[in-house]
Amino acid sequence: METTTTKSHFFTDIRVMLGRSMRHIFRSMDTIITVTITPIAMMLLFVYVFGGAIQSGTDNYVNYLLPGILLMAIASGISYTAFRLFTDVQRGIFERFHTMPISRSALLWGHVLTSLVSNAISVVVIILVALIMGFRSSAGVLPWLAVAGILALFTLALTWVAAIAGLSAKTVDGASAFSYPLIFLPFISSAFVPTDSMPKVVRVFAENQPVTSIVETIRALLSNQPAGNDIWVALAWCVGIMLVAYLFAMKAYKRRA
Amino acid sequence: MKKAIEVRELRKSFKDTEVLKGTNFEVKQGEIFALLGSNGAGKTTIVKILTTLLKQDGGTATVNGFDILSQPDKVRQAISLTGQFAAVDEILTGRENLIMIAKLRYLKNPREVADDLLERFGLTDAADRKMSTYSGGMRRRLDIAMSLIGRPQIIFLDEPTTGLDPEARIEVWKIVKELADSGTTVFLTTQYLEEAEQLADRIAILHEGRIIASGTLPELKKMFPTAKVEYVEKQPSLEEIFLTIVGKKEEN
Ligand SMILES: Nc1ncnc2c1ncn2[C@@H]1O[C@H](COP(=O)(O)OP(=O)(O)OP(=O)(O)O)[C@@H](O)[C@H]1O
Ligand SMILES: [Mg+2]
Repeated sequence: METTTTKSHFFTDIRVMLGRSMRHIFRSMDTIITVTITPIAMMLLFVYVFGGAIQSGTDNYVNYLLPGILLMAIASGISYTAFRLFTDVQRGIFERFHTMPISRSALLWGHVLTSLVSNAISVVVIILVALIMGFRSSAGVLPWLAVAGILALFTLALTWVAAIAGLSAKTVDGASAFSYPLIFLPFISSAFVPTDSMPKVVRVFAENQPVTSIVETIRALLSNQPAGNDIWVALAWCVGIMLVAYLFAMKAYKRRA
Repeated sequence: MKKAIEVRELRKSFKDTEVLKGTNFEVKQGEIFALLGSNGAGKTTIVKILTTLLKQDGGTATVNGFDILSQPDKVRQAISLTGQFAAVDEILTGRENLIMIAKLRYLKNPREVADDLLERFGLTDAADRKMSTYSGGMRRRLDIAMSLIGRPQIIFLDEPTTGLDPEARIEVWKIVKELADSGTTVFLTTQYLEEAEQLADRIAILHEGRIIASGTLPELKKMFPTAKVEYVEKQPSLEEIFLTIVGKKEEN
């Protein structure tokens, strides 16, 4: 177990680790481009190709679409966290860290915070593109902060899921592949079309999976409507997934180190 | 003299291969100790156990007076490791790598520490290049430089000169000697008998999971039967000692 001396340096350790992996990101900006390009392409496709045929019940389809697109971007963004963790653990540098009196969880938190920052960058880029495409919101500062908070929670939850994959995968592909199903979750939700139009079985799944409640919450917040029950369901999902994933990730890390 | 490392009946197996079968040795403070063994003998396994990266299955070991299992953090405060494969961050520059480690050692002046080491290891010109552009020798030197930050009392070097050209090897030898002169205990593993001969105060030979011989070079030489059929009197080289001892064990 960690002694008090390493505990008191916990935040120094995290800061150094964050600085390190932020450098990694800024030296490979292509990852941010890769992460944002697919959701942006989806957004263009849905708005300009399918948009006319989709009955979303709103006059501004970009507004309707944006929350789901953001979740999709985050789901693909975290696969890079899995990838970075995997390569770190494989390489000697983590071995060096582990022989130093550094808090072990600081090493993971460095990656987690980096994931938050890089996903925030992707989210901002996508929102800017959406603005160009006609996205408008009447929401004030508080609802926007709430949206930021929910997106951050969602990112945290998925990042810890990614950490499990990164720490227990046997190959690089294995480390990043787990996020593909996550990227497709928005399709079977109310992200693109209302769930009423779906066949019963699909609808039951769609209405009860985490993405729908999160999408509905963000959509309500951005259009200044009451989010109702959805916000609590969304929060419960995010916090629940985060706690469970955190425990498993720590377990995988202990096994590894 | 105080013992820097004490290893008693160390055992370690991976699945069905028993790598360490009750290894015993000790390292005195301030000496250069060379652990010699062929490929797969278990040198890296011993280094990993002593640097708290692996847990042993049996036996005990203390490093700087602390038990490696019950006080790994105390051990970590006293040691640093240059592993068999370079432990550097490929995406960062040489300077950034050094600064990062200096910060993680909580030093007050990480930049100056980095500058000093770059100078001392002849890497000033390459300081701001990404590690991925470094040659093997440069990488190794930076790797060792990273291990010196914070002046650890005991340094582990796992095959520090494997893959280096003769010039770079002599360079590393010089660094190791300087380290020992400044009072640091050096634990190094090597397959090069000449390296052990050149550097080590004491040598231990690891074979089939046990230390089959250990001592100073003259002591090891005494264990070697005096030259029988040679016309010119010749000192046995460590290589010959090694092969004889290993050969004898195999006969038994
Ligand atoms: N993680 C592991 N899982 C399974 N077997 C392992 C593992 N690590 C080492 N071994 C085995 O243990 C034995 C000793 O390995 P070790 O790396 O300690 O040898 P070494 O003396 O350092 O060899 P070299 O000179 O090649 O570096 C080898 O047979 C190796 O295959
Ligand atoms: Mg080895």
